[in-house]
Amino acid sequence: MSIRISQIDKTYGRTRALEPIDLDIHDGELIGLLGPSGSGKTTLLRIVAGLEQADGGSIHFGDRDVTRVHVRDRRIGFVFQHYALFRHMSVFDNVAFGLTAMPRATRPSSGEIRSRVMQLLEMVRLQDFAQRFPAQLSGGQQQRVSLARALALKPDVLLLDEPFGALDAKVRQELRRWLRHLHEELHFTSLFVTHDQEEALELSDRVVVMSNGRVEQIATPDTLYRQPANQFVFEFLGDVNRLEGDVEDEVLTCGDARVAVPGVENGRQELLLRPHEIRLEDQPDTRAHLPVSVTAVVPVGAEVRLELEADWLGEPWLATIGHAEFERLDVKRGRRLFAKPSRLHRFDTPRPQTLAPLATS
Amino acid sequence: MIAQALSRSRERRVLPGFGLSLGISLTFVSLILLLPLTSLVGQLSQLSWSQYWFLITDPRLLASYAVTLFGAGVAALFNAAFGLLMAWVLVRYEFPGKRLVDALMDLPFALPTAVAGITLATLYSSNGWIGRLLEPLGISVSYTWIGIALAMAFTSIPFVVRTVQPVLEDLPAEVDEAAMTLGASDGHAFRRVILPYLWPALVTGTGLAFVRSLGEFGAVIFIAGGKPYETEITSLMVFVKLQEYDYAGASAVASIVLATSLALLLAINLWQGRFIKRLHGGRG
Repeated sequence: MSIRISQIDKTYGRTRALEPIDLDIHDGELIGLLGPSGSGKTTLLRIVAGLEQADGGSIHFGDRDVTRVHVRDRRIGFVFQHYALFRHMSVFDNVAFGLTAMPRATRPSSGEIRSRVMQLLEMVRLQDFAQRFPAQLSGGQQQRVSLARALALKPDVLLLDEPFGALDAKVRQELRRWLRHLHEELHFTSLFVTHDQEEALELSDRVVVMSNGRVEQIATPDTLYRQPANQFVFEFLGDVNRLEGDVEDEVLTCGDARVAVPGVENGRQELLLRPHEIRLEDQPDTRAHLPVSVTAVVPVGAEVRLELEADWLGEPWLATIGHAEFERLDVKRGRRLFAKPSRLHRFDTPRPQTLAPLATS
Repeated sequence: MIAQALSRSRERRVLPGFGLSLGISLTFVSLILLLPLTSLVGQLSQLSWSQYWFLITDPRLLASYAVTLFGAGVAALFNAAFGLLMAWVLVRYEFPGKRLVDALMDLPFALPTAVAGITLATLYSSNGWIGRLLEPLGISVSYTWIGIALAMAFTSIPFVVRTVQPVLEDLPAEVDEAAMTLGASDGHAFRRVILPYLWPALVTGTGLAFVRSLGEFGAVIFIAGGKPYETEITSLMVFVKLQEYDYAGASAVASIVLATSLALLLAINLWQGRFIKRLHGGRG
């Protein structure tokens, strides 16, 4: 079932929680709402669920206008960050709750409920835990029960509020992959909230980046990462290094550092680059003379993270290089090297601009 | 074995001051609770079993058991409903004067029960403010079981409110919301989700209110009037026997009140322990 959100806004007292927002979600799409806390993403989700009322605008599920429909009649499934399981009920009764709460006339027979619940528990791989109580399950298991409970009524849309936020990193990984598979299998239309960019990029068909109650960008994970619409999106989607200096004749100077910046006009400029967009060498060259010293070395998985400091830098830079590079340069703490940016990004222009200072070499 | 276990637990204990604090606590428990109880048992030991049985099955006393149990039962049930409502209102809604109402809930604890008794008796007597209004309707409160239950309810209402209130405050709004997203009507959500959450606290609070009512004296005697066989409560019987210098008889009656209260308190505690264990992951 598609979701159409048009001109939804919300104010709490004097705080503007949501500027008027438009968002179209296609049938079967998995959409991530990504933003820092206070960006309005949870408010938007709760308005779609009907747990909050918007001040204005409308929400349609398919052709059905649900703007004034009570949450219990919206046919949504909702998964809460802290599971919100009924702790006095067994896992089975939790999952069966929605079915047993139906009015007598439409309620399935207890046999049908039983087989439906067992089928759901099998789907979340908890069929052996039916008679347990929530307190006897791990966090990941509880969140799976909560998901089965939300899916029991075959909702039109599934809404998840930071579903993996309370779990530890490894379980979160697992559940994420598992939810992705489940979605590919069942194709429910789904909207989830997260502040974790990795989670949003891994799970979503499209990501909605929000800040201060506004939508900053709506795009596929790939586009989002490669063509961020503005500085906020760029900075929110990963680690960022800053390079600030005075540009004259397409050369940026900052203390004893300088780098060629083709096409950049004269004056004070701020350029940004990602950790993997830094290359390191023993020697400077004519295009880049950026002396740095290594202050920390952290090998993580396929790459090595380095912290770089220099007099001309306000905050230290973060660089990631491959293990081969790492060995070739014999990197250790205190080693002096020269940084060469392979890409530089500008956002203070009307349209974001990416430079490749070394491309012509 | 036991010595070994003790020494091991002694080694593991990290928090300081166990011996001193437990020692002082036990001393005070002995002085304040156990010593008077011992003298009660001392008094009782002057009686033979048959004398004891004869005393506690006196028809007038049996009637007082019935009056007390019935009054306390009605009061406890009334408080279960009204206390739950009160706790609900105090936790779930914001309204002007909420703090004041909240503070008023403790008044029955702070007010001397005799003051409460005299006030109630004045209000509900046939020419009191409220009694005057009820009289034409054929309802008399003073000197009937209604008055007894009323006085008992007055003194024991904080037990229910104060046990239910914190549990209700701990109930996350998400749990309500979850029930709603699953299509449950308000009534269904209340019966199946909220009430079971509050159940242990509600039963405990009601139980405590009942036990308190069983032993209530000051608040009840003025409004009850103490007509033998009709509005005479058991604690009044203790008082009557004491005035007749029948210490053994008074002790016999007191022992019944005491045994009932202790048994009930123990039962509530055990039941609550079992219930709570299930919620926190024990095999239920």
